[in-house]
Amino acid sequence: MFEYTFQWRQAFRALPQMLEGALVTVQISLLSMVLGVAIAVLLAVGRNSKSPWLRAPATAWVEVARNTPALFQIYMAHFGLGSFGIYLSPFVALLAGITFNNAGYLCETFRGALRAIPHTQVRAGRSLGMGQAKAFRLIIAPQMFRIAFLPTTNQMVWAILMTSLGVTVGMNTDLTGVTQAMNSRTFRTFELFALAGVIYYCIAKVVMLGARLLAWRLFRY
Amino acid sequence: MFDTGLSFNDLLFMLKGAGVTLAITFFAVTGGTIMGVAFGVLRSHVSPWATLPLVFVLDIFRSVPLLIQLILANAFQAIAGLQISPFTTSCIVLALYTSAYCTEIVRGAIDAVPPVTRRAARSLGLTWWQDLTQIVFPMALRVGLPSWIGLTLGVMKDSALVMWLGIIELLKSSQIIITRLQEPMLILLIAGAIYFALSFPIARLGGRLERKWQEND
Amino acid sequence: MIEIENVHKSFGALKVLKGIDLAVQKGEVVSVIGGSGSGKSTLLTCINGLEPIDSGKITVDGTVVHARSTDINKLRQNIGIVFQQFNAFPHLTVLENVTLAPRKVKGMSRAEAEEIAVKHLKHVGLADKIKVYPGRLSGGQQQRMAIARALAMSPDYMLFDEVTSALDPQLVGEVLDTLKLLAEGGMTMICVTHEMGFARDVSDRVAYFESGVMAEIGPPEQIFGEAKTEATRKFLSSVR
Repeated sequence: MFEYTFQWRQAFRALPQMLEGALVTVQISLLSMVLGVAIAVLLAVGRNSKSPWLRAPATAWVEVARNTPALFQIYMAHFGLGSFGIYLSPFVALLAGITFNNAGYLCETFRGALRAIPHTQVRAGRSLGMGQAKAFRLIIAPQMFRIAFLPTTNQMVWAILMTSLGVTVGMNTDLTGVTQAMNSRTFRTFELFALAGVIYYCIAKVVMLGARLLAWRLFRY
Repeated sequence: MFDTGLSFNDLLFMLKGAGVTLAITFFAVTGGTIMGVAFGVLRSHVSPWATLPLVFVLDIFRSVPLLIQLILANAFQAIAGLQISPFTTSCIVLALYTSAYCTEIVRGAIDAVPPVTRRAARSLGLTWWQDLTQIVFPMALRVGLPSWIGLTLGVMKDSALVMWLGIIELLKSSQIIITRLQEPMLILLIAGAIYFALSFPIARLGGRLERKWQEND
Repeated sequence: MIEIENVHKSFGALKVLKGIDLAVQKGEVVSVIGGSGSGKSTLLTCINGLEPIDSGKITVDGTVVHARSTDINKLRQNIGIVFQQFNAFPHLTVLENVTLAPRKVKGMSRAEAEEIAVKHLKHVGLADKIKVYPGRLSGGQQQRMAIARALAMSPDYMLFDEVTSALDPQLVGEVLDTLKLLAEGGMTMICVTHEMGFARDVSDRVAYFESGVMAEIGPPEQIFGEAKTEATRKFLSSVR
């Protein structure tokens, strides 16, 4: 069956470059998460606002982000904007696409977290004489943060895995991009991508474990 | 109105791509759900230690990018000389991917059925299988359906990745037309609209079911 | 003094308060009894401005509660309210729960606030739980914490909205004892309650509410002894 000799040594020789690519992967994911969270907060405020001028674009963003493929969103950034003469590099297009996606999903995570807090908490705070803003800052926001923490870290793992799509728009500095570049040279597809898979797995596990540890330390009640 | 080189045939071509997307989604979700239900039932009834290897393997499907899974599967079948078509390979990979998530959904849904209810059923003389199908299944369905719908839609969107193996699904068909016509925004908007039309109504339905069932409980 | 004059309130089409008149003097303890839906709880949330009123006037020490010009946050510092649901802030320890408002609303220093908090927590019997999170407390303990939290703001008036209704029977006693101590200390209190024993033993006056109207009000001997209205007598006989 196997007329193929596995050449693992060749794959391992590519390891240093792949690890550099892994670093780029983590950097893009982190950046997309930071931006995504910031935008998601704005979107959540927009969706809950009373003005249709704020609600409509926020809802549109979230619904598009959640009902179209992430790859489509990256394509839009890389190819779609070409119709307007805007040519984004693979890096920027990938970042834009993943951030767009993150913001949409995180908005719903935050809104769900907000809904999970009983309205009576605000009443209690206001009965003690707190203004609306103070009650939000001292009582709602901390609880929201706790409820949304684990889903947000899930989204981070998602973002890390999503960066692999960059290779379809020419990204060659992240882990998958680097692996594909090696692949085009040596054609050791299976070995190279198996190794890449292991690296992704390790990164995902480290992030999840780190998140659990952080949650345990921060939310000890 | 506005000039476009887009012809009706091109639209048909894209719709054909959409058809391929739906076909892959169908096979993947069907296979994945059957496996997911089996694994989920297993996980909720058997001790965690016994199912550890299964959990470990399924977890891999959720921790490695789907694109890499497709590439590896394709490379593997080539090496092993199995001559499996890219379409079948994609369906198998996506089915396994689906089953990994479905297992957790099913397990969570079954665990959500109060054990006292199940004990009541057994005390009435129902067999284990009857309890599972008559009591657990309807209750678990309520809990799990919204998540399962979310998973199905997720798989449909992730299916775009199979283009890497050369399959011409919706997004790839759009890209082919873009290469010819150089009107990326218009074509992508149409593709996006198709994705949206496929996903949004079902997502809304899932949300409505979830709310309706929550009220009734 | 709290003055409630001819207050009407509806929730949508449902009329909940139909012309309530009540004056509560400093140091008085007034219990409010009545069936569900009689408007008792709504009255309390109107007094501290959580709910608007349709017509009438509520005045606390001369300040009109629902006037546009009133600084409602300032007013609420002087009116403590404890609800049926304990509303503990789950992300803060017991001590932090009680010191939050004094520090963040009154601007007290941490040391000042903790001194006051510990004093009140001692009074309600929670001195040994100050570093604990509310999730680990029993219902009765959480409710006592809520009382200490409201007291830490040194209000002149305390409103209690069925504070024992959500508790297991064996935990009710400890909370009622806390309320009794407060009353004996001279706090002005309005207590909406189902605990007839408490209403009879601790109150200066008892008001009976039915369908949004205050059917009768008087000293406990009157209400529980020779009630003037048929409605009151009927209610009490059904409760005993």
